[in-house]
Amino acid sequence: MAVSVNEAVPASPVRDRTPPARRIGGGRGRSVLEIALLTVLAVVMLFPVLWMIETSIKENRDVYAVPAKFFDFEVTLAHYRDVFVAPGGGLSDLSVAFLNSLLVAGVSTVLATLLGVPAAWAYSRFTLKAKKDQLFFILSTRFMPPVVVVIPIFLMYRVVGLIDTPLGLILIYTAFNLPFTIWMVKGFVDEVPAEYEDAAMLDGYTRLQAFRKFTLPLLVPGIAATAVFALIFSWNEFVFAIFLTSSDSVRTAPPAIAGLIGGTTVDWGLVAASSVVFALPVLIFAYLVRRHLVAGVTLGAVRR
Amino acid sequence: MAGIEVTALHKRYPDGTVAVEHVDLSIGDGELFVMLGPSGCGKTTTLRAIAGLERQTTGDIRIGTTLVNDLPPAERDIAMVFQFYALYPHLRTRDNLAFPLRAEGLPKAEVRERVDEAARLMRLGPLLDRRPRRLSGGEQQRVALARALVRRPRAFLMDEPLTNLDAELRADMRTEIKHLQHELGTTMVYVTHDQVEAMSLGHRIAILNKGRVEQIGTPLEVYDRPASLFCAAFIGSPPMNLLDVEVAGGKLRSKGGLDLTPPPGLPRDRGLVAGVRPEALEVTAPGADRSIPARVVSAEWLGDEIIYVVDHGGQRDVRVRMAPTVRFATDSRVGLRHTGAAPAVYDVRTEELVA
Repeated sequence: MAVSVNEAVPASPVRDRTPPARRIGGGRGRSVLEIALLTVLAVVMLFPVLWMIETSIKENRDVYAVPAKFFDFEVTLAHYRDVFVAPGGGLSDLSVAFLNSLLVAGVSTVLATLLGVPAAWAYSRFTLKAKKDQLFFILSTRFMPPVVVVIPIFLMYRVVGLIDTPLGLILIYTAFNLPFTIWMVKGFVDEVPAEYEDAAMLDGYTRLQAFRKFTLPLLVPGIAATAVFALIFSWNEFVFAIFLTSSDSVRTAPPAIAGLIGGTTVDWGLVAASSVVFALPVLIFAYLVRRHLVAGVTLGAVRR
Repeated sequence: MAGIEVTALHKRYPDGTVAVEHVDLSIGDGELFVMLGPSGCGKTTTLRAIAGLERQTTGDIRIGTTLVNDLPPAERDIAMVFQFYALYPHLRTRDNLAFPLRAEGLPKAEVRERVDEAARLMRLGPLLDRRPRRLSGGEQQRVALARALVRRPRAFLMDEPLTNLDAELRADMRTEIKHLQHELGTTMVYVTHDQVEAMSLGHRIAILNKGRVEQIGTPLEVYDRPASLFCAAFIGSPPMNLLDVEVAGGKLRSKGGLDLTPPPGLPRDRGLVAGVRPEALEVTAPGADRSIPARVVSAEWLGDEIIYVVDHGGQRDVRVRMAPTVRFATDSRVGLRHTGAAPAVYDVRTEELVA
């Protein structure tokens, strides 16, 4: 027994080396399996997107073809033209809706950021009475789903004349994005040591200058990530948009696209094309700031 | 250069927390004054109030002859060094040093001259073109010190500047700070929770506890006669032995039967505790003159000294500091006697020094 142990000791490094080699072989098998599984998953997940893109570039008769045509169809960009250009020339209703979406989402995001960042800084830096309660109250405004509050808001908006105006949507989106902005940016401010500001104040800056010159530049990635989240929320928002707007000139893209479905015939090519146009900005933005989005989720929102 | 007067300082935060209950300090011109205390004792808040980073609820702060209560930090003519060095991350060392001077609007030539002088003083030559990210902790703290120097302020405020450094570097920097303060003769207020740092640096030490000053004195005064039981337990490593004692027949005797040299003027009408430093006791062979029987519980061999922990007559864990040549085995029967001068004696109830 002792002998076999003695033999095993010098042999063991060699033997130790062999199993991992085999494991690498097994690893190759596993990675093939992984790739196969991931491919299946990707096809399943991406098929609707692919189908949407395909539909958007098919002639209408190919859209309804049975069996479905996957590859051998004629490519047309007519649907995309219809998204932007009205039948008689000029701006189509959909392109007006896209412009409205851009305006509402953009302005509400800017407002939420302008109001939320200073608030987040203040909540992070100062000792306030019942600070935790205040922060919880701010967060609690997000607990209720929009559908629950949309009727009372509709009634209030009717009284003050905000129904069917871009301003109405901008205000409600700002109100919805503000709690999120405050919480997320506060997480980022907490990460920046307050001593930078202290040092700057001793060097002759006021508190606000110290914040602007030293803390704010360090916060830019976090603020960008937060703003993209807010932008995506406002851009995608459907419930408020469909309740609070009615005319084609004010309506944003989500209800406008939804409005294409219904009636006697549905122009699926147009629906698909407008959906692609609608999805693109969000995808591009998310791609550009993907690293910050992950940082934002793990660093900012999760802490505390 | 200027002294600093803090009168009846009180700081209460909007959420109701009282950080500083009542603090009076009188810091002399050119003094290295240390505020020492456990975390949450109010030392940092007091320092930040002096700096102007916190506004005190009530009380006055004077720097020199100027009442600075309502002055913003920049106009108090002070410099501060932080525990986290707070060097501007986007600036090179040179620009970090020049920053406060440029903010003041000094002419370029003078800025350069002062930066060079501070860099020479803190030996920063090779680091001048690096950004903070590329400096080690010790180097960053030296830059932070230099940044405080260039301003030629009336007083330096140091907020635990060595806490983030490793032990060896901390000792080096301690010497450096002490030397620097001596050379410049600038008033320095130094906050720390490390009693070794406080003892080795301070001309005078203020011990704070729960937002109040427990004692102000030179390191030796604070060490020899702690003003309260809190100070007695806080200063010294190992700390003072606190023994329940009673006065009987002109003698001061611990509950365990150990005779102590009685100080004059002992009150007899209340419970007393004596603070006996480990070096004022002696472990002897059993039955030695004036000794009482005791038992060695454990011994810490520190090389230059041995700390014996002994039990005697029901009194547990009395620490005795002995020369490394005097050796007793754990669990052996020994004698214990008091060799020092009269110990500090405290009232059990008020926890204050009575004799």
